[in-house]
Amino acid sequence: MMFASDVLVAQNIGFAIIAAIMVIGALRVVTTSNVVHAALWLVVVLAGAAAQYVLLAAEFVAITQVLVYIGAVMVLFLFGTMLTRARIGAESDLNNKNWFFGIPVAVALFVAMAIALDSGFGSQKMPANPSVATTQQISDQIFGPYLLPFWALSFVLLAAVVGAIVLARRD
Amino acid sequence: MNLATLLASDLPYWAQSLLRVLGGLVAVLLPAGTVVYLFLFKMMSFMQSRLGPMEAGPQGSMQLFAEVGKWLQKEDIYPARADKFIFKLAPLIVLASTFLLVVVVPFGPDALFTDFESGVFYALAVSSVSVLGILIAGWASANKYSLLGGLRAAGQLIAYELPMVLAVVGVVIQAGTMNLQQIVVAQNAGSMFGFSSLGNPYVLTQFVGFIVFMIAVQAELTQTPFDMPIAESELVSGYMTEYSGFRFLIFFIGEFATAGVFSMIASVLFLGGWAVPFSWFGWTSIDSIDNWMNVVGPLILFTKMLAVVFFIMWVRFSYPRFREDQLQKFAWKVLIPVSLANIMVTAILKVAF
Repeated sequence: MMFASDVLVAQNIGFAIIAAIMVIGALRVVTTSNVVHAALWLVVVLAGAAAQYVLLAAEFVAITQVLVYIGAVMVLFLFGTMLTRARIGAESDLNNKNWFFGIPVAVALFVAMAIALDSGFGSQKMPANPSVATTQQISDQIFGPYLLPFWALSFVLLAAVVGAIVLARRD
Repeated sequence: MNLATLLASDLPYWAQSLLRVLGGLVAVLLPAGTVVYLFLFKMMSFMQSRLGPMEAGPQGSMQLFAEVGKWLQKEDIYPARADKFIFKLAPLIVLASTFLLVVVVPFGPDALFTDFESGVFYALAVSSVSVLGILIAGWASANKYSLLGGLRAAGQLIAYELPMVLAVVGVVIQAGTMNLQQIVVAQNAGSMFGFSSLGNPYVLTQFVGFIVFMIAVQAELTQTPFDMPIAESELVSGYMTEYSGFRFLIFFIGEFATAGVFSMIASVLFLGGWAVPFSWFGWTSIDSIDNWMNVVGPLILFTKMLAVVFFIMWVRFSYPRFREDQLQKFAWKVLIPVSLANIMVTAILKVAF
């Protein structure tokens, strides 16, 4: 065996395949010359994230990812683009001339998240037979130790709703 | 369909997977074919005082095979200005959502594809994926009627997904679980006021939730009072306008297979699913159920599914179409407040008793 006995080979291969698809999808989101194609590549990336959650035995989070991001956010996104400007075929004027500012932002974000994840979870390992977190455990966590962040997040949503009403009502 | 006893024995993994795939095909295509023949061909004809298809097979029962043969022979046409890849991809996304939906439906004590902890939540999530397929089908057709149909469909499906989720929450609160198999057990092992020979089908206690759920299902399936997206008098055929032959067949199968699967989920959530009340045969828990229920259970579920589809089709053939603003107002101003009130009442009663 070339791997140590506690390395999960199948999970790692699965992770690598899904991660490769996600990276290709993410690159195509910014390089494709059609708005709707970009949105659909983004769907591939988000679906890949859901698949990674399944690999981590977090099925509730994976389902939430599908419901919220693919079923709602991307549909609204496509709805919005199709309602306003979504031509078939390539468009030349999609790139903003300041696009390269995005690169340092992306790199900085990647480094920050990598450091945060490594210092937070770097020493932890997936157990060989992970037990799937039940919905009850997740709700016990959310409505127990994480109640305050949960409330704070719901105020963010409330602010978004109020903002949407203010924008939509013209009287 | 004695899938479960086979799966329970020591089959290799590939054989189990193959059996699951075949079972999934049966569980999707059999309801679709039955629904199309019984309701779309025959019931619709009888309600309109005509005979319907009579030539192919006894009482025209082979008509569907003839239709499928016709569709498969047709030329594969797409509009010259269409986005070809997405045009071809869209019907597959719609059909894939149906297949993903059927895997959580329990058919018997052991006859299930997967015993999923958060089954209800999963079903609601994957059913929303079909919106994506419909939306890009409308866009990729390069046709303004198709695009309008796709946009109408997306607006409608998003609006009616919310009351559907909220209606199911009442059942989840009452059963105390999101596992569809456990919901079946909770209904049939339960009792009402100590009277256990009927079990406790949630259609009685969650009647408001059931009505809201069925209206939302009607809208999710874009069946007639809610068929704004394919309104034939305004939009030719909505997002399906440019589809013909094999690709239209996929949309067609998807529509009626989803009707069947949603009706199965409605039967599982509200009508007791595959089981009979446990007190009839002296069962106490899911482990004490006799093995023959793995054969009878799917038949019971199938019968309940047909009954539910009957109501969906009855409404479809009886009512005229909603206007777009009526449709949105109905979802946001009637169904969602009603289902929220239902959740509150259910939660209060659950804590009180």
